[in-house]
Amino acid sequence: MITDAAPARRHLAISARLQALPLGLVFAAFFVLPLVLVVVVSFWDYNDYQIIPSFTLRSYTESFEGCLDELPGLCTIFRTYASTARFCAIVWALTLVIGFTVAYFLAFHVRSSLWQMVLALVCTIPFWTSNVIRMISWIPLLGRNGLVNGGLQTLHLMDRPVEWLLYSDFSVVLAFVHLLTFFMVVPILNSLLRIDRSLIEAAYDAGASGRQTLWTVVLPLAKPGIVIGSIFVVTIVMGDFVTFGVMGGQQIASAGKIIETRLAALQFPPAAANAVILLAITLIIIRVLTRIVDIRREL
Amino acid sequence: MSDELNGVSRRNIIKGAGALAGAAAFPMPAVHAQEPKVLRYLGTAVNQSAEIARKVEADLGIKIEYVAVTTDDVTKRVITQPGSYDLVDTEYFSLKKLVPSGNLQAMDANKIKLFDKITPVFTKGELPSGKRIGDQGTAPRKVMFLEGQRSTKFSSAPTEWATLIPTVYNADTLGIRPDLIGRPIESWAELLNSQFKGKAAILNIPSIGIMDAAMVVEATGKHTYADKGNMTRAEIDMTTNLLKEAKRSGQFRAFWTDFNESVNLMASGETVIQSMWSPAVTAVRSKGIACKFQPLKEGYRSWASGFALSRGVSGRKQEWAYEFINWFLSGWAGAYLNRQGYYSAVLDTAKANMAADEWAYWMEGKPAAQDIKAPDGTLLEKAGSVRDGGSYDERMGGVACWNSVMDENDYMVRKWNEFIAA
Repeated sequence: MITDAAPARRHLAISARLQALPLGLVFAAFFVLPLVLVVVVSFWDYNDYQIIPSFTLRSYTESFEGCLDELPGLCTIFRTYASTARFCAIVWALTLVIGFTVAYFLAFHVRSSLWQMVLALVCTIPFWTSNVIRMISWIPLLGRNGLVNGGLQTLHLMDRPVEWLLYSDFSVVLAFVHLLTFFMVVPILNSLLRIDRSLIEAAYDAGASGRQTLWTVVLPLAKPGIVIGSIFVVTIVMGDFVTFGVMGGQQIASAGKIIETRLAALQFPPAAANAVILLAITLIIIRVLTRIVDIRREL
Repeated sequence: MSDELNGVSRRNIIKGAGALAGAAAFPMPAVHAQEPKVLRYLGTAVNQSAEIARKVEADLGIKIEYVAVTTDDVTKRVITQPGSYDLVDTEYFSLKKLVPSGNLQAMDANKIKLFDKITPVFTKGELPSGKRIGDQGTAPRKVMFLEGQRSTKFSSAPTEWATLIPTVYNADTLGIRPDLIGRPIESWAELLNSQFKGKAAILNIPSIGIMDAAMVVEATGKHTYADKGNMTRAEIDMTTNLLKEAKRSGQFRAFWTDFNESVNLMASGETVIQSMWSPAVTAVRSKGIACKFQPLKEGYRSWASGFALSRGVSGRKQEWAYEFINWFLSGWAGAYLNRQGYYSAVLDTAKANMAADEWAYWMEGKPAAQDIKAPDGTLLEKAGSVRDGGSYDERMGGVACWNSVMDENDYMVRKWNEFIAA
């Protein structure tokens, strides 16, 4: 029996590999290869109008220019990453709280699965228009002479327009939360729906309060969904430059913005170097997140 | 949108190339007659008007396919995708990057019928009256000619090989909302005046924005540059530091990169003073909102753009392109541009296509004899008003510097990045 199983397993392994092959090839061609190119280009030299294929660390050293001189202050790149990380943390916390609340409501308060489905679909409505349009539609609302300021002044709550509504940290966070909460809702909802209801009944029977049940039963079981949602939110915010640009009035630096400026100036190697740095930092964050929860095991 | 256009046109060029190859081997007139005349025109949205395209098609049977991208992306496309367009409308300052790449072909001045009529602003750096104008930065005169057809070196003396055939140019200054400011503005220094805290904006295109900043620095008396358009590293540091300080103190409401953004900022009252382009001011005004292209005592920052052909354009396509460029200089387009507040390269032919009172208002700085209308027919100015900055000679004569790519461009872009990140 045991000796028979080995070739069968090997056979299985080969067919499994064959099945995975197309996806593997797609990944190799459209992900691994471009990534290798980006890494290679980041070590090349350049001038005003061309990339020169000779090895140099210039793109990296210039990216970290002044970092030693300015200690203990932060140089541009560190400041930019610190600011991007701050936005990331704020957006993550807000989308998590809102997303978890929405998912919790859908999973435990909406009884009929038909309504669960309908309401979950309602959450997707903002996605029927493009990302950029959803963002831009905030501008007439939040502007100095926008609807919100107009309303506040008509109600005599304010005698002058509120300036920080638009082109500010606030508007950037607002737009991100608007755009990204859904990415939290879906995986968390998925996790919550898979929780065995008898566990909650057991907790209730054992005398746990609502808060204790939430904290010790529901939340730990929702972890995989939270981590997956967090990965979406963190990677999107870390790499974004459009939302920062439009909602921040192009004034707020972000890791993605550095890359964009270098690309616009035709300086591909430093753009590539910054992409590599961004990728490395994002991977570290994801590694930390997956350390907290082993997604593979939980799924 | 532009990608889509591009996709369509790439197919066309393959078809066109096939037809050309066929035509070369078997010269049959029937093939030529059926071939649609299409030119892919790469440029910024500012210069790409649907009306010009319609008129060209009516006059010459050439169909213009616009590929509209931002200023920086025009440069990027020319360098990285020379096959994706036939004709490019680009700024003179970009030439320092474009010409060495070898992706543009030199323009044969002998094929341009009105080449001798092109304003001496381009060929000699002076007004038609002979007055010298500001030469700092990448003045067109410095990069107008190449040493030879295949050369990538700029010639200081005129040759028969031009880098670009000029289309439009203008003298830029600050745009203001006189209704919200309520007092006269006379100096570039006002851009960083704390009175306009949170209500100022600057252009986020490094090559242009740094020049505006330099105008401000000189206006405040902090420093006088040997050449604003070619700063030393110390000067770049000083200039960007000044911008950083202003930014940290909340001077700027936003930065803009695209024509429409500047119009929206100004029209919505988010900003009351900002770097601006003339047709953007016109656009704000045509919404019935007071906006002035304010002449300043330190002078104007000027720019110019022109046509060049992509390296690979040859044969009939090349002929059409020259045909189109000759048409562009022949008057109709020039009049169209002048009516938006731009200046056309050949003044005589544009004048012949404009009514006497239009010419007097736009070019001679005289009060409008009757209502002035935009090219699309909307009312711009009531009878009796005078153009901001006055006549062509006053405005172009007041040019202090040109948009520029500096020798220290790479360093400047890094410092500009720091400013954005500050």
